[in-house]
Amino acid sequence: MSARRAIARVLARYGISPVSQDGTNISDRLFRAGTFFFALLILVLAGVMVYQMVDGSSLSIREFGWKFVTSSIWDPVREEYGALPFVYGTLVSSLLALLLAVPLSIGVAVFLSELAPRWIERILSFMVELLAAIPSIVYGLWGMFVLVPWIREEVEPILSDHLGFLPLFEGAPYGFGMLAAGLILTVMIVPIVASISRDALRSVPRSQREAAYALGATKWESTILVMKYARSGIFGAALLGLGRALGETMAVTMVIGNRPIISASLFDPGYTMASVLANEFTEATTEMYLNALIEIALLLFTITIIVNILARLLMWTMTQNTAQGGRI
Amino acid sequence: MTVIFILTAFAGSLFAQTRLNGAGATFPYVIYSKWFDIYYKNTGVQINYQSIGSGGGIKQIIEGTVDFGATDGPMSDEHLADALKKQKSEVLHIPTVLGAVAVAYNLPTEGKNIRLTSTVLADIFLGKITKWNDTRIAEDNPGLSLPNRAIIVAHRSDGSGTTFIFTDHLAKVSAQWESKVGRGTSVNWPIGLGGKGNEGVAGLLKQTVGSIGYVELAYAVKNNLPYAAIQNKAGAFVAPTITSVTAAAAGAFRDMPEDLRVSITNPEGKDSYPISGFTWLLVYKNPKDHVKRDALTQFLKWALSEGQSHAADLLYAPLPKEVRERSMQKVNSIGK
Repeated sequence: MSARRAIARVLARYGISPVSQDGTNISDRLFRAGTFFFALLILVLAGVMVYQMVDGSSLSIREFGWKFVTSSIWDPVREEYGALPFVYGTLVSSLLALLLAVPLSIGVAVFLSELAPRWIERILSFMVELLAAIPSIVYGLWGMFVLVPWIREEVEPILSDHLGFLPLFEGAPYGFGMLAAGLILTVMIVPIVASISRDALRSVPRSQREAAYALGATKWESTILVMKYARSGIFGAALLGLGRALGETMAVTMVIGNRPIISASLFDPGYTMASVLANEFTEATTEMYLNALIEIALLLFTITIIVNILARLLMWTMTQNTAQGGRI
Repeated sequence: MTVIFILTAFAGSLFAQTRLNGAGATFPYVIYSKWFDIYYKNTGVQINYQSIGSGGGIKQIIEGTVDFGATDGPMSDEHLADALKKQKSEVLHIPTVLGAVAVAYNLPTEGKNIRLTSTVLADIFLGKITKWNDTRIAEDNPGLSLPNRAIIVAHRSDGSGTTFIFTDHLAKVSAQWESKVGRGTSVNWPIGLGGKGNEGVAGLLKQTVGSIGYVELAYAVKNNLPYAAIQNKAGAFVAPTITSVTAAAAGAFRDMPEDLRVSITNPEGKDSYPISGFTWLLVYKNPKDHVKRDALTQFLKWALSEGQSHAADLLYAPLPKEVRERSMQKVNSIGK
């Protein structure tokens, strides 16, 4: 408090009253303006990025128009660029990862926050957070030398023996491909989804659990209740995981097989938007080539925003339903 | 006497403080960093090099943000014109060393290396030959038991001078490759898996039985991958070695244009390995900064003479004598 008084004294010396006419403290107003400025910077930054990307891809936008998004031919020699396989690869690999990672992470989070003894919880939480700190190139190398051979020798033969009639599991087992990309992304996003979900579960008030027990609920029933209470937090965790999966570059590039095709089979190689940027940007010599690559960056930016908006809408309708008399 | 002494000392220290900045190709990075290191120890001239890729090297020399660039594929006429317009100086191509692209594979066969004709190679990468025991492969490999296995093609996924050399060769020997795929640092591959960088392709090859792909010779050797002997223009099957690559450059010398921008894929000569290429340093003919110009000229002269002896240890092929002389003439023309 003494610091505040000191500021007031300094301001008073220059004839500035610490309290303005409408009754708010001037340092509060400065504080408000300052933080507002920084918040605004984020918007400006996003705006500048969009401007730069649109400007940098103007050539290819003019040349290809919507065909850029709908065509699946990517041929730098003939300067024909279509980004559909990259969009497909990005979405499929990320959704696959989300599908596998979310149940797993919720399991981890529930165990850590509801069931585990304190000392186990401490060790495991530390390990989970450690996993989140591993650089993606390390995941990539591990994926290439450990995960891919395992997929090729064990996972894909089993899948193709038992579920080979599905188009999802058709074709020769290379190891490298969409499945490997989905799995490595799963491993990469589990830590972040799990640790944020755990925090969400932990922040559920004790009274909720106690109320459930008081009504005779079992551990299982009270946990379900707690999960429902924390679902917007868990949803947010999944969203952050998806964000990471959409933008992940290095690890995916190393295991996905880097082939711009659209195939229903998870065994086939694929390609993602982030990967093609990392792969081809340095050697893109012609103007049109560079423009096409920047347009892919723009596309990735747009898709990330759309996915985020959709997810928020979904979350909003979910919470809306409960507000209108749904059960908690 | 003292004046002269002071003057030379001054000139010496001025020279010692010279710093050159360059950027470009990743492929010659190993030999370049070795050169710059030795040259710094000998002369005190510091040369910073960023291996950002040939495309980046060309871009930077056009924009004038570096003292020299480096590339594995020669600059196009448009790029040269662009550089002339923006920097008011011609850009020269100075060949430094040669590199070979090895066709490496992973097959559980014992004994000698597989032999491939260039057309068979093109058809494998076009997806027309799909099995290792295809009669067209077997024809050239009597006595080698080839398994009934699917061929898995591996290629670079990142844009690369190595890819340019490889596809340039295929385009020269196969009309269908030329019309369907073409040549470039990145192409639309008809089949196969993409690996990032030489190490990525080497990793794919090492892990996948039945695979075939192209990597720089050094990576095939370091990873103990067997590599194919390729049939050259004269009809002989030649494996990539330092001598067969230097022979290829000598074979291509006759057709070398004045500006030294030349591709030596599919050259003359019965000892020539057909899939190899020069790597160039890109320098301004009339740089603005004269101190830097002199330092760079000195370095280039050193690289083309003494520097060449370091190449073979690092699995780059030194330039043949004829090419070295032509390059030296180019270096001597800088600033004139």
